This record gives sequence, C-alpha cells and structure tokens, in this order.
Amino acid sequence: MSENLVPKIKKEAKGVEDMILKKKKPTMKFPVRSLANVRYLEKEGYFEIRGMKKERTLTVNTVKTFAQTLRMMALSKTLVETDDLATKREAYYVSKNWGDARFLEQTESDTVMDDVEALFEVNREQMGFAPEEKGGDVSGSLVVVDKDNDTGKLIRIDCTKFGSGAYSIPISVEHLKFETDAKFILVIETAGMFQRLVKHGYWKKANCILVSMGGVPTRACRRFIRRLADAKKLPVYVFVDGDPYGISNIYRTFKVGSGNAAHINEFFCVPQARFLGITPQDIIDYKLPTHPLKEVDVKRAKDAIKNDPFFQHHKPWAKAMEQLMGMGVRAEQQALAAHGLNYVMETYLPEKIAHPERFLP
Amino acid sequence: MAQALKKETKKRSSSSGAKKSEAAPAVKAPKKIVRLTAMDLAEKQREISVSEFFTKNRHLLGFDSPAKALLTTVKEAVDNALDACEEAGILPDLLIEIQEISETRYRVAVQDNGPGIVKAQVPKIFGQLLYGSKFHRLRQSRGQQGIGISAAGMYGQLTTGKPITVISRPGAGKPAHKFDIQIDTRRNAPVVIADNEVEWTPAHGTRVELEIEATYKKGRHSVDGYVEQTAMANPHSQVTYVSPSGERFEYARVAQELPKEPQEIKPHPHGVELGILLRMLHETKAKSLRAFLSGEFSRVSPAVADQIAKAADLPVLYSPQKAARTQAEALYNAIQATKLMAPPANVLSPIGEELLLEGLKKQVEARFYAATSRSPSVYRGNPFLIEAALAFGAEHLPADEPITLLRYANRVPLLYQQAACAVTKSVIQTNWKAYGVLQSRGALPTAPMILMVHIASVWVPFTSESKEAVAAYPEIMKDIKLAVQDVGRKLGIYIRRGLREADAEKKRSYIEKYIPHIGIALQEILDISDKQRDKVCATLKDTLERSRS
Repeated sequence: MSENLVPKIKKEAKGVEDMILKKKKPTMKFPVRSLANVRYLEKEGYFEIRGMKKERTLTVNTVKTFAQTLRMMALSKTLVETDDLATKREAYYVSKNWGDARFLEQTESDTVMDDVEALFEVNREQMGFAPEEKGGDVSGSLVVVDKDNDTGKLIRIDCTKFGSGAYSIPISVEHLKFETDAKFILVIETAGMFQRLVKHGYWKKANCILVSMGGVPTRACRRFIRRLADAKKLPVYVFVDGDPYGISNIYRTFKVGSGNAAHINEFFCVPQARFLGITPQDIIDYKLPTHPLKEVDVKRAKDAIKNDPFFQHHKPWAKAMEQLMGMGVRAEQQALAAHGLNYVMETYLPEKIAHPERFLP
Repeated sequence: MAQALKKETKKRSSSSGAKKSEAAPAVKAPKKIVRLTAMDLAEKQREISVSEFFTKNRHLLGFDSPAKALLTTVKEAVDNALDACEEAGILPDLLIEIQEISETRYRVAVQDNGPGIVKAQVPKIFGQLLYGSKFHRLRQSRGQQGIGISAAGMYGQLTTGKPITVISRPGAGKPAHKFDIQIDTRRNAPVVIADNEVEWTPAHGTRVELEIEATYKKGRHSVDGYVEQTAMANPHSQVTYVSPSGERFEYARVAQELPKEPQEIKPHPHGVELGILLRMLHETKAKSLRAFLSGEFSRVSPAVADQIAKAADLPVLYSPQKAARTQAEALYNAIQATKLMAPPANVLSPIGEELLLEGLKKQVEARFYAATSRSPSVYRGNPFLIEAALAFGAEHLPADEPITLLRYANRVPLLYQQAACAVTKSVIQTNWKAYGVLQSRGALPTAPMILMVHIASVWVPFTSESKEAVAAYPEIMKDIKLAVQDVGRKLGIYIRRGLREADAEKKRSYIEKYIPHIGIALQEILDISDKQRDKVCATLKDTLERSRS
C-alpha cells in the first residue's frame, strides 16, 4: 500500500500545480472527519467513512494551511521513499526548518497530518509517521514472532516469560506472527487491574491472553488484537469501567473505530469484541460502590444515544446507556475490590466468562 | 385651625397679583396664636446684601477649594480681558502671571491690551457684585452676570486681607490710574483705598492683580490646562503665561482677524417667563401693547403683536403698565400659542471649522483631525450653536483610556463638573462603536483622542453660577449629538480606511510569506525545475492578489 502512496501524492500535487498554472485558485478535497460522516456496517462490524468531503480553496486566508499541507505531503513522500519513520513529534520539529510555514504547536502539525492521512485514505504509519505513545501491554499464553532489526532473523517472544512485567506492543504490528493455545483475549482498560491479574497469574488459570489498553486504545493496540484474534480465531472480551467514557469512547472505538480516523477503521477495529463489563446491570448485581455521574458523563451518554451510529444500531446498548443514566451513577473496575482484593479473579470474572452469550454486543 | 388660616392667607396673597416680595402683610393674620408679632419679625428681617450672601456661599462661584480658587480667579480675569478686547475690536494680547508668595498664597496678575476702563467705572466694576455690562443684554460673551472678577476680589480680601489692584489706561495720551479697591461686603459697595496716577508703558489696556489663598497644581484641571485650552479656542489671541514655577508659555496668534462680532438681540417671546413678562410690562416706556410687543422683543412685527393681543383678548392700544397678573398671564399664554419666527441666529460668533482645526493642530500632534460648525438652533427663545472638533491618534495620549473631552462655552474652557455637563452626556450617548472606536456602556469612548465641543449662545444655561457645566436642555443635547456625530462619521471613514489598508497589508504579507512554501513543496514532490517553481509561485501570487477574498 505504501508503494501506492507516492503516486497519489504526486497526482494531488500535480493537480494543484495545474490549477495554479491555469490561473485558478487550487482546491483540495478532504473527507470530513467526524461521526456525522460514518455509517455502521453491520456485517463487517465497523464504521465506514461516507462520501462527505470538504473542499478547501487556496485563498489569502488559507494560504498558510495550504502551504503546510503541501510541505507535509512532501515530507511524507521523502519518508516513504527512504523507508524511514518519523514520530509525530519529530515531524513537528522537522517543520521548524520551514521558516514562516513552521508549526507553532504539535497539535497544529497533528491536525495537518490527520488531514493528509484522510486525503489519501491511508494510515499515518504508511505515510512514514508514527505515534509517540506505545501500543499497550500483553501478558499470557502467547508467542509473538518478530524479526531482529539487524539480522532479519525471526525472534520468538514468549509472553509468559515476562514475570511481573509485560510484552510491549510495537508501533508497527503488520509483520508479526502469533502462536497460542489460549481460549480468549481479555482486554483491560486500566494498568492497575492488568497488574493485579498478571501478578496472580490469572491468564494461567483462565488460559487467556491479557492486554492492557491504558485508556483509549492506540491504533497499534487495536491492530495487534485484531490481527491476533483474526489469525487464531479467538474471542475478544473487553473489561472497562462502567461509565459513559469506558463504554462509548474506549469500547466503541476499540470495536468499530472512530469518526476522526474513519478512513482507516476498516483495519483498526476489532469487530469480534464483546463487552464483558462493567455493565450497568453489574452495578446492581454485584452491589458495587458508585460515584454519581458527572455533567460531562451525562452529556457524553446523551450524545452517544442521539448521534452515535453504533448505539443507534445496537438497541441493547442504547438501553444499557439509558439504564446507566437512570441510575445516575458510575462504577470503576476497581470497585470490585470492595468485596475483597481478589474477588475480581475468584468470583466476578469466572461468573461472567461462564456466560459469554450474556455479554453486551 | 391655624394651619388652615395660614394657607388661606397665602393663597389670597398669591392670587392678588402682588409681587412676591411684597407679600409680607400675609404674616400678620394669625395674631393670637403666633408668639412673635409682625413687628418682632420685622425687626429681624433685613435685606441680605449679595456680597454677604456670596461670602457665605463662595462655592457657588467656584471658590470651594484653594486649587479651584486659583483657577477661577485667573479665569474670571481672562474672560473679562478677552471680552473687553473683542468688544473694542482689538486683537487680544494677554499676559498672565502667577507668583507664589507662599505654598498657600499666590499673586495673580492678568494684563490685556484692551480699551481700558474709565476712572469713574473702575471701583464699581471691581468692587461691586452684579455690576456690569453683560447681565442686562442678550449677547454672546464670556462673562454673563457681572459677578466674576469682583467675587475674586472679595475672595482675595477674605483670605488674605489684600485689596484688588487695578491699573488701567483708557486710551493713548490719557493718564494711567492705579487703584486699590476693597468691597464693603455688607453694603455691596466698593471702597477705594488708593487712587494714583502712575507711569505705565502700554498705550491702552488694563492690569488686574489679586492676592489670594490658593494652591497650585499641574495638570489638565489646573491653570496650565486652562490657559492652553483657552488659547486653542481663541486662535485670534496671543497669550503669554508665566506659571508659579517660573515657566514661560507662549501661545502664538493663529488667526489675524477678530471673530465676527456677536450681535446683541432682544429677548425672543418664547423664552420669556411670566414673572419677567410682568416686570417688562411695568417697566416699559411703550404706550400701547402693540408698541410694547413689537419694540421689546425680537421677531414680533406690529401685525404679529396685534395677533397676540387678539389671542389674549386685550385691545392693541392697551396700556402695558396697567396690566395686572391676569392680563399678563393671558398675554403669556397667547404668546406661547402664537407661531413665531425663530430668533435671529446670525448674532452668534462661532470659532469656525477652519480655526478649530488650526487651533487643535497647533496644540496637539495627531494622525487625524476633523471639525464641524453647526448652524444655529434655539432653546427657550435663545439662539445657540454647537461646534465640535477632534484630534485622533494623539501621540501623548494612551490608547486604552477614555478620550480627553474639552468643553467650551462661549470660548471659555469648562474644567470642572464634567459628568454633570450636557456635553459629556451627549458624547456618552453617541454610539462611537459605529465609527470604529471602542466604548463601554455609559462611558466616554476609549481612544487616543481629544474631542472639543463648543457651545456659543447669547445665554449659555449653566447648572450653577460657577459656570462649570451646561444644563441638559433637550434642544442643546440634540445639537451637540449631531455635531459630535458629524466629526465621528469623518473619523469613522478614516479609521475604516486604516483598517482596510491594514487588511490589505496583511494579505500582501501573507502572500509573500507562504507562497514560496507552496513552490518548495511542489518542487519536492514533483521534481520540477527552479524555473518552473518560480513560474508557479509568480502565477499563484498574481491570482491571489487579483482576488478580493
């Protein structure tokens, strides 16, 4: 796919040059990056981008952004041609050589990068840009087959051999291969919960692979789990906080993708994911200590029910969200500790995993 | 019972048509109840002399604080000097000297090249309150009541015990006299302490010297500011000012011609109140109502007089002196109901747009100037006119503070009671945002700007005798607003042009800055030659500069 990118960049640039030489104001068409421009594909199970595009015309007011976008494209072309990789932060610093066209904040360069990415409908890694943050932690009965950077030899990484530590998902995961006999993948929101399960060898007892997302999962994390689950036909269970953020931001993005990166959701979603907990019903069934919903929680929940195609499509989810709002409370994963520190391993998870058919979609 | 009786008598006395000052017998009635007899009361009742009254109420004349006393003294002397010169057709040449005797005592001297004052008149002018040439007539002049300079003299006398010193030569070849004058405050009469013929260089003119208790401050509300502002509004005068700290300021003459001489007018019938009408009826020498109306008022022809008489149901040959309150009231109502021509307006002497601008330019370095001089209007039968001028972008003024508002009445700067003045109210009520100037709600606009507003009238309605604020008559407010809007619009055009230019400049600089980067990026992506790249840049620059967006 990277090979196709350079001609795409050249074609776009050529179009701009031609318009300029015809004494016309050049234009570029960017896909709209928001939930309003996605549709939920039921069969495939992810958000697909719709055709909405925003045309940007080069005027006095847009000349700066236009110049920056073109320079970002040129940088991407160079990176791809030299098979190099720059982090988003590095790309931001590269722009400091651009004189007046330089970015003043990284958020500016990130936005332009996202625009270019969407323009060519590629993943930013394919453009030679990499995110700064690491992908997530893995522990359990899994062997990851990677390549040695210097020799090109295959390396087998056993994810059971990290003791109290964990295997770290790399930025690029396309070349990885997997060996496992685990029965399922358990994806966990917080590092704290992950640590507890690793320390007490939960993966051994349940014969599973544990992955920690640390908040909203990175693209690499999503792609890693997707590839692993696809390759080994494993079910994926997600265990996050029982609040609108955990459900609509973390779980929904993990499973079907986001509006912002709609053009690549196809690759960065995990449609086979199922929601283990914490469900609104769990709060009642397990008598969990709660906190009241904050204003932002209520706003997020209402917004999800009203505008998010995922919730519109999944009636059980809309109902669960309504239920949560009706209760007016939220419960964190760690709330289970109220019944004893290892209650989560000894009671909650075994009870839930015994009935995956009850999980929310 | 007693209350009712009192009320009854009062009512009777007021409807009897007698003057109020003669209503004394009314007190006599409730004899048995009141413990003091009318005789007792009569013993306590005596005439209050004006000077005695003002001794106790000196704040009414602008002598309420030592700093203000200094300013008021200078102001009254300068007003008189300028008025005298102009009436005599002489281009004023003024010398103002203030000498510090001690921190709380100053000697003020104001000298003019006016016509001088005849010997016999000097004591009365400087030693008697309410004596003057200006109170009895309707004519645009600086002084109005004839209180000013004698009040200053009285203030000096009260605070330092020193008399007022006047040197005057009433014409070339005539002797110059030097007087020391005090005021008998009880009798409101001058007492001449010394009167000598003296050697004095000027061919004609007057010099007034007073020693007063005062404090001197610098700044806009001080004598310094007053002299500067006076010079601005009187471009035909030459002013030399020596401040208490010994600094010498010279304000050169800008205009070589005297302003148009203001004309005296008779009162307009619509501006006359019932009491005054009654007095005029009794004092007139006219034999008939027709002659009275057409002779004593402006804009009343014999035909119009007949019309008024008919409306009042009085014979045209009715003898005015016979008129009692009833007749006067009928006449008053008839006058109000009759349509009359507005009073003659060409009697006023405006500064004029051109001289306003020149005066402003001489004093203030600014980026933009505008001025307007409106045609006259009328309030309560008195003609008046409004002039306004502004200097925008003044170097020494901060951009984030309210504008400097300079108010003038008959060319005299008004330094105190800004908030109470009709000028300030009108400027605040003007929507400055429409002209591209910042303005908070209910406040003066915020800009590095000086705004001058001048009201000229045969009778400027001040809110008090100290002549610090103009009363807010709706007609006056309306005209001030129109004048201010006029200069405001001119400013708005200038500011918008500036903004447009800044916009175009920004556009140019944007194009200059970022187009090369589009060229670089296209060159990197498409591997085009430098020549091709420059062609792309030049073409794009051309396309963008042509476009309006």
